[in-house]
Amino acid sequence: MSSEFYEVLSTYQWDEVKSSIYAKTAADVESALNSTSPSLEDFKALISPAAATYLEPMARLSHTLTQQRFGKTMQLYIPLYLSNACANGCVYCGFNHANDIKRITLNKEQVLQEIQVIKEMGYEHLLLVTGEHPAQCGFNYLSEMLELVKPYFSLVSIEVQPMDQEHYEKLIPQGLNSVYVYQETYNSQRYPEYHPRGKKANFKYRLHTPDRLGRAGIHKMGLGCLLGLEDWRTDSFFTALHLNYLEKTYWKSKYSISFPRLRPHAGSFQPNVVVGDKDLAQLIMAYRIFNHDVELSLSTREYPVFRDNMMKLGITAMSAGSKTEPGGYAVYTQALEQFLIADDRSSDEIQQVIAANGYEPVWKDWDTCMQ
Amino acid sequence: MQTLKIGDKEFSSRLFTGTGKFSSSQMMEEALLASQSELITVALRRVDMNNTQDDILSHLRHPHINLLPNTSGVRTADEALFAAQLAREALQTNWIKLEIHPDPKYLLPDPLETLKAAEELVKQGFIVLPYIQADPVLCKRLEEVGVAAVMPLGSPIGSNQGLQTMDFLRIIIEQSNVPVVVDAGIGAPSHAAAAMEMGADAVLVNTAIAVSPNPVEMGQAFKLAVQAGRMAYEAKLAGTSLNAQASSPLTAFLED
Repeated sequence: MSSEFYEVLSTYQWDEVKSSIYAKTAADVESALNSTSPSLEDFKALISPAAATYLEPMARLSHTLTQQRFGKTMQLYIPLYLSNACANGCVYCGFNHANDIKRITLNKEQVLQEIQVIKEMGYEHLLLVTGEHPAQCGFNYLSEMLELVKPYFSLVSIEVQPMDQEHYEKLIPQGLNSVYVYQETYNSQRYPEYHPRGKKANFKYRLHTPDRLGRAGIHKMGLGCLLGLEDWRTDSFFTALHLNYLEKTYWKSKYSISFPRLRPHAGSFQPNVVVGDKDLAQLIMAYRIFNHDVELSLSTREYPVFRDNMMKLGITAMSAGSKTEPGGYAVYTQALEQFLIADDRSSDEIQQVIAANGYEPVWKDWDTCMQ
Repeated sequence: MQTLKIGDKEFSSRLFTGTGKFSSSQMMEEALLASQSELITVALRRVDMNNTQDDILSHLRHPHINLLPNTSGVRTADEALFAAQLAREALQTNWIKLEIHPDPKYLLPDPLETLKAAEELVKQGFIVLPYIQADPVLCKRLEEVGVAAVMPLGSPIGSNQGLQTMDFLRIIIEQSNVPVVVDAGIGAPSHAAAAMEMGADAVLVNTAIAVSPNPVEMGQAFKLAVQAGRMAYEAKLAGTSLNAQASSPLTAFLED
């Protein structure tokens, strides 16, 4: 078997990486800003505390690089939560199996009702989301739902439990375009504390999901770490390392980075580290300067004023009008959300904000005929 | 200025343009009208081929505009063939800009898949314009399978770096029996003019117009630059020399 990311990851020590980020100086930041092809060391400088006083030049550079590569456009997608059934016990998540919430898995009829509302909003890019519960929303369920929704959308992606390569190989010809799997934290020592049970407790299986996706020939995969668990700078470095490894190994796939930031939810977990708006802005801009071509995505977890401004500073994809509970668009509204929505503006409103910022909302950027 | 003939069509403008990256479809339309471009490429993945009211397409309905659908996004020859066939049916044109880039990062074209797809598409009656590396041998191979023009890149797409491949473009232009359209990387009107002065038959410009703070004026600027470059090519540039011309010829003795 070909090599997998753990071989790369295991050559790094978390604490050493962390110290080296915190040791970066203003001179390192300036050198990173002037580099034509920034390295991982440059990325460290850009996410370091030393770069906190360089936010303005970082913003200008990120703005220019993003417009050059992506133009004055913003991709729009919408999540469709199919199920909140979950056998995992992730301590930070509203879907945690121990949480006493109403568990719902949508049937085909209900999914069609949801789709009708979503289509009226204009969406062409759909993200299917589930918890991890093999019996209720495993591979067979997903495969059926993909078949069901495919005729209505030009691009379908999933954010569900990690699967085996052969499963991805079956779903891709069915029309699966992109898969988002976030490692949550790359700190293998601390990972078990957050993921005490269920299949998600297996750090390596999750870590190697992008490898399996790459071998299966997926068009796009999304990475990220959950901001608020461990030191965000160190976790983001490892995310960037992962991205670098994947881009070189699976060069036919496209990549996307998301920035889920921990927010209040039904459980009682409070973030271990606070990632402020300035931190998150610095991180997003650092990614753009480091990698000119990667998609950077921001969800409705973030507040309007932050989203409206970041769409000019590196972000290239956004969700809007989202409901994060199964059935939230049409069927039910009483079930519990996975996380609280901070930006509850309608997709029409978001569209107007994007246009007012001088950008074109892009609803369709893929076609079933290409796959 | 001579008109340009590709396939069954004649163009008085040698500036081809693209439709991506504009801030709105309205802005795209205004800028492309200002450019007076007559051949405009549109990504199949961006348009709704089943919808006659599609936002992008409806802004391109002008008598002088010919659509050039492109296959951007496909990774193999088979995918390109399928996309081209759908485009022909939906958009009522047998013109196709063949773009096969398995590498989504730098969008560099796959020469093997492109050649394979081009050959098949020509057999199926398409007017094929392949986007390719500035590789003179590949251009000849494509010419042999019957493409209507070749579209070598000036530098990586969207990079605005100009004619980094100039030495190879010169060879391609010198050897080609089909029109040569320099595509990708043209970031300034001066780059476009330089390509035209070298003898390129046309250039294709998108990012430099779309991402400019003033796309309409930039569209016009490119129009003028392409005209100037072509006019200079047709008028023939005066030779340049780095050395001063010796006042006493070295071969004077031969006249004695």
